[in-house]
Amino acid sequence: MDQPGFDAHTHIPGTTIFDGAQAMKGYNLNKMCFSFNRAENRDAFKEDAEAYMEKFELTEAQKKAIRSSNILAMIAEGGNIYYLAKLAGIFKLSVQDVGGLQTGMTTEKFKEFLASQA
Amino acid sequence: MAKILGGITTSHIPAVGNAIQKELFDDPYWKPFFDGYPKVHEWLAANKPDYVVNIYNDHGLGFFLDRMPTFAVGAAHEYRNEDEGWGLPSLPPFPGAPELSWHIIESMVADEFDITSCQELPVDHGFVVPMQLFWPGAPNNADMPRSVPISANTVQHPIPTLKRALDFGVSLRKALESFPEDAKIVVLGTGGLSHQLDGERAGFINKEFDQYCLENIVHNPTELTKISRMELVEKAGAQGTEFLMWMMMRGALGDNVSEINRNYHIPVSNTGAGTLLLECA
Repeated sequence: MDQPGFDAHTHIPGTTIFDGAQAMKGYNLNKMCFSFNRAENRDAFKEDAEAYMEKFELTEAQKKAIRSSNILAMIAEGGNIYYLAKLAGIFKLSVQDVGGLQTGMTTEKFKEFLASQA
Repeated sequence: MAKILGGITTSHIPAVGNAIQKELFDDPYWKPFFDGYPKVHEWLAANKPDYVVNIYNDHGLGFFLDRMPTFAVGAAHEYRNEDEGWGLPSLPPFPGAPELSWHIIESMVADEFDITSCQELPVDHGFVVPMQLFWPGAPNNADMPRSVPISANTVQHPIPTLKRALDFGVSLRKALESFPEDAKIVVLGTGGLSHQLDGERAGFINKEFDQYCLENIVHNPTELTKISRMELVEKAGAQGTEFLMWMMMRGALGDNVSEINRNYHIPVSNTGAGTLLLECA
């Protein structure tokens, strides 16, 4: 779904533009994460993650990304960070933990990196 | 007719809500951030607005990708802060102002802005944290104005342009000033400044660009409309696009404003946090 002429496709290193193509690719994954706004759905996921992912018809690549807590892979498979944040909450991950996981830093190193930009 | 008193901007980071709940106002990490608010409290206490128009961006509570409005206006009697997925304690409902909401919707659609009206709209940290920052104890604060939430899409591209955001504010100003009630209104623009939560570039903050935006939005907001959306992503970070809310607020204040208060601090959570209080002439 390449749409030349639209600035939605500028390349910015380390950044995925969540556009129509990504929104379509990640629809079921994001829909599952949206369901985690409700506590009973978070509990259902914690009880049987495989069954819960199956219910939302996630692709094998999306399931694999979740099984291995690979956030960059979740984004590549269409995940949107605002919805993924609800999944991260189930695992009690802070946004600094999530930042560290994506940049290959410990949470402490990531916090130092944030402070270094002051 | 109603009068717009001014506008206030602030970051709306979820961690701030947590810090408020734990009363970490004098904590060394939080103090430089919370120091930006006493002047806002004084100004609000002196001016006592009757209504607050809270321009924020929903983060996946009020809207999902099944139906994603570019500009949504709440038109409810009250707004509930529901669980966003983290199980945080939610607050009592915020009182709405549906008669003002429908006036805004009527006026702006007549002015050719295509609005999605929402008679039910759960509100997330983007709406709630600024209310807590400006009216301590909100919504249980005797001065708490009735509110109209306005949410713009920054979840999914294409997002509005900076020019469209500023123009939205200009049209909102016409709507508010024609509201047939002798009322005082304050407009909030929440979110930003620079931050990026996702990807290998997570943790990106851009002090220089934030300062540029803070500087220009006061007296020269039109200059900022030259920034393309992709340039905004590049310079402010993927979630720094929330600066659009500041542009929407700024448009509503008219040409002549004076700056009463400014605060900027890095980092609060992953963000360059900014606060600005502008008073209309």
